[in-house]
Amino acid sequence: MAFLRRYLRSGAGMAGLLIIATIALGAIAAPWLAPRDPLAIAGPALLPPFTDARLPLGTDRLGRDMLAGLIHGARASLAVGLAAMVAALAIGSVVGTVAGFAGGLVDEALMRVTDAFQVVPRFLLALAFVSTLGPSIGTVVIAIALGAWTEPARLVRAQVLSLRERDFVAAARVIGMHPAEIAFREILPNALTPALAIAALIVAAAVLIEAALSFLGLGDPNIVTWGTMIAEGRNLLRTAPALSLLPGLALVITVLGIYLVSEGIGDALERRGRTTP
Amino acid sequence: MLLILVLATFLLLELASGDAVDAYLVSSGGGDANLVAQMRQHYGLDQSVLARLWIYLAALAHLDLGWSLAFDRPVGALIAERLPNTLMLMGAALALSFGLGSLLGVAAGARPGSLTDRLLSVGSLALYAIPGFWLGLVLVLFFAVDLRWLPGSGIETIASGKTGLARAADIARHLVLPVAALGFIYLALFLRVMRSAMAEVWRLDFVTFAQAKGLSRRRIVWRHVARNALLPLVTMLGLQAAAMLGGSVVIESVFAIPGFGRLASEAVAGRDGPLLAGIILVSAVMVIAINLAVDLLYAWLDPRIGAGHAS
Repeated sequence: MAFLRRYLRSGAGMAGLLIIATIALGAIAAPWLAPRDPLAIAGPALLPPFTDARLPLGTDRLGRDMLAGLIHGARASLAVGLAAMVAALAIGSVVGTVAGFAGGLVDEALMRVTDAFQVVPRFLLALAFVSTLGPSIGTVVIAIALGAWTEPARLVRAQVLSLRERDFVAAARVIGMHPAEIAFREILPNALTPALAIAALIVAAAVLIEAALSFLGLGDPNIVTWGTMIAEGRNLLRTAPALSLLPGLALVITVLGIYLVSEGIGDALERRGRTTP
Repeated sequence: MLLILVLATFLLLELASGDAVDAYLVSSGGGDANLVAQMRQHYGLDQSVLARLWIYLAALAHLDLGWSLAFDRPVGALIAERLPNTLMLMGAALALSFGLGSLLGVAAGARPGSLTDRLLSVGSLALYAIPGFWLGLVLVLFFAVDLRWLPGSGIETIASGKTGLARAADIARHLVLPVAALGFIYLALFLRVMRSAMAEVWRLDFVTFAQAKGLSRRRIVWRHVARNALLPLVTMLGLQAAAMLGGSVVIESVFAIPGFGRLASEAVAGRDGPLLAGIILVSAVMVIAINLAVDLLYAWLDPRIGAGHAS
């Protein structure tokens, strides 16, 4: 709770929270705000924005409602971003804890695997994975998480290395706790903070990668995403620039909001460092 | 580490639905069952997984990356042909983002908390949030479609017959927009890293001492603060090399530049597993090489680092 209060004092954090809360609300309420299928034809094709009150942002090449697309696109973006972040943190914290706690050969092997994942460009990795297993929202999430777990793994491992020498770990050993239980119930919860601090940045990167993947035609074909909308609008850049500009703007605002939240989290953590010795 | 990667790319090839012969059959519209078996035997596809892994490793040891299905050419040759364009694009984008980013970072970090600082901080955060491919489209819209100042696609004017300097100028004109689209995100990143590194240095004692000596502010900013804040920036350079290579995939697709990144999306479109695997291996080797270069640069910039190892 103290953390929350410090967070609310950060200007950037509040601005980010406001942006993300608005977009998240829109995404959650999508079935009520835009009840019709966003892939269905809603009016005449290529209706410019702000001309029809029923279709405020106009329609695309096939006459699909742009506003509905944007709202449903927010759903896809945030869902993929959050799911990829959770998956990356889960993989990263397990690998980091095992490596740091076990030490020796296990540590060495796990860290070399981490190195191997880190030298492959994340986007290429995601591209290869999705193209091999076929585009669906599940493979997109896993593909993004595959490139994102290495940083949390390193952070958690570093924390575990310093924690495992502490007294409470020695105490747990003395009372005969199983090593796995010590690692995951005693150490891991205490080692998560630095990884959680970068959670927002992982979400932002995931949203951007998802957009780029669907821009290249590797998104789930059955749902609307901003990346797909931009890719479809791209062919009409000359005549109807709004088709690719609007979803791009939505993307920028979302990512900016996530960055601001991350700044707020950083401010809150830093302030704690200053007030408590 | 590279061995792990090789195993991973092999696994990727195994996971792909259908093999090379299937892909060929799709493109040629079917074929005789006897011929299919013959082809499988020819490419060694009828053997066990381990035997194929051995063949794959042996080929890699000879720097043979395999045969591209979509292009029907050796993967190595294809990559070697496309790489220079991407290196040019990345090099220019890196120079732009590092140069301009660190200069603006100094401008922001010179007076922490000033109006310039706050404007640049907010501006860089906004810039950092823009996806490169969308920025590319916006740049094309303004500078190629509306203003018609710069070409919006390709690497050079096709069949222009230009040679020497004229050709170089032509390529440079074609590179302006993609370099901007790829580089601006990293510009924002370098600006932010420079700024926060300078904020750290301002707190150090030797800066207070320099101020007490009565040195001019300009001299303190450049000689004392900015110079010592440069190291984290160089670290960032190495870390972002991989990201930039990934970013070039999308940027090259947007601007239709026949480079390494576009080859990756073409490999995806053509379901060309061997090509994709080769691209991943080559990019990993490139990232390792860049990081090695950064390490060397680091030792050169900060003599303390190299000396520690030597003694």
